[in-house]
Amino acid sequence: MQEFVIVGGGQCGARAALALRDHGFAGRITLIGEERHLPYERPPLSKEHLMSSEGIEPPFIVSSAVLAERSIEMMTGDTAVILERESRSVELASGRRVAYDKLLLATGSSPRRLPSLEGMEHVFYLRTHDDAQRLSQRLVPGGHLAIIGAGFIGLELATAARQRGLEVTVIEAQPRILMRAVPEAIASRVHALHESHGVRILCGTSAGRIAAHAAGITLSLNEGEVLDATTLVVGIGAEPRCELAQQAGLSVENGIAVNAALQTSDPAIYAAGDCCSFPYGDKRIRLEAWRNAQDQGAHASANMLGAEKPYEIIPWFWSDQYDFSLQIAGLANEATSTITRQIDEEAVILFHLADDHRILAASGWGRGNRIARDIKVAEMLIAQRARPAPDALSSAAVSLKSLLSRS
Amino acid sequence: MSAWIKACGIDDIDNEDVIRFDHEGKTFAIYRSPDDSFYATDGMCSHEKVHLADGLVMDNIIECPKHNGRFDYRTGEARGAPVCVNLRIYRTKVEDGSVYLGLE
Repeated sequence: MQEFVIVGGGQCGARAALALRDHGFAGRITLIGEERHLPYERPPLSKEHLMSSEGIEPPFIVSSAVLAERSIEMMTGDTAVILERESRSVELASGRRVAYDKLLLATGSSPRRLPSLEGMEHVFYLRTHDDAQRLSQRLVPGGHLAIIGAGFIGLELATAARQRGLEVTVIEAQPRILMRAVPEAIASRVHALHESHGVRILCGTSAGRIAAHAAGITLSLNEGEVLDATTLVVGIGAEPRCELAQQAGLSVENGIAVNAALQTSDPAIYAAGDCCSFPYGDKRIRLEAWRNAQDQGAHASANMLGAEKPYEIIPWFWSDQYDFSLQIAGLANEATSTITRQIDEEAVILFHLADDHRILAASGWGRGNRIARDIKVAEMLIAQRARPAPDALSSAAVSLKSLLSRS
Repeated sequence: MSAWIKACGIDDIDNEDVIRFDHEGKTFAIYRSPDDSFYATDGMCSHEKVHLADGLVMDNIIECPKHNGRFDYRTGEARGAPVCVNLRIYRTKVEDGSVYLGLE
């Protein structure tokens, strides 16, 4: 019997395991998850799961009944520590050894840490359900939450903390919020929304000296200000989990390097999700996004069964801030011009175009899910390498759908 | 007992589109298909509490605005991850230029 092993029990690993069965794989599937929980979805952890101090269950992707029914052997609370490519086996922290014919690394990413804060009380990171539950206990009215990093995690957390009645200060070293992933025209709206909800955002500021005391934490900002907070969260990005791949001598390049078929430098080993870097156009990219984790896991599993299809997607992600949401499709890095489409007073879509007017990316911001369907159409236009007339993109009276070529 | 509830005018929905319709604390999604037939489903995605009417209709598929869960709105059938629970569907009829929703 063929044995497939998946290292990583998150969105990516779990979806890959289920997809193997969907594709008709009849061999053995072993899914190794570091956490004590069955696989669950992470997006709610920085959003609705912070809204109550009551203990809640993780939002599970599969139950143990489904795992049993689909003959997926799940090992929770165990970590793959050694990958031996010659014997095709993985050794776990518990001492167990699992042999594989094919292996999928879906090891995810972990929060970038500030070494100077190791072991310090009142300091939190947010990645897992248990992290979210611990943090949620600290979000009590009247407290003061300081957040280092104005990325998605930091700002979603700020949203939750304001709604729970805390004073919130966000400290960002860059000159503006969401510097890495969001165009300035939308970031400034997000900034204004947070300020209107009473969040204090300090850009171009570094946290300087940080000290813990019994009641909380003191930050001596480089501006000279001293900030007293009850809790500090560090949200300064994530790093791919490549330890196992590195130890086994697989090629690593800002993540476990895979080819278009999601295969690593060892053809028996695939990688997918946050941990891998894959070809996108003439570049190599790595995504930390829910949909990519899910799609790439499923895609890798088809290729483990011999489909050998290239992974060709348009990157897409979303974030919720208060009753607004943001969605971005594509990558805007190489865009040379931007066209604005004003949907209504509060909702806007930016199209990021190449020199030849091809749409490379679209960023949307609006109340509720107002911009969702237009971003979806934009994603299809990007995939079609469409070059619509700029007037058609900027005029909200022209249906975006009408710009698609339909077969 | 079944009741017909007037939901909207036929011209309130574009061809190949969807609108939200709320009735007595429940929310529904009413669709107009490319061949100008009308369909109705529960208004919320079966994956998370998100209004489907904010999603995109392409042919006979509605895609959830948040997590890209896809359903055939004619049958309610879920079309792959992350959704696996079908949508409840409702009967519709058109009379005098209005779309009616059939509630059991």
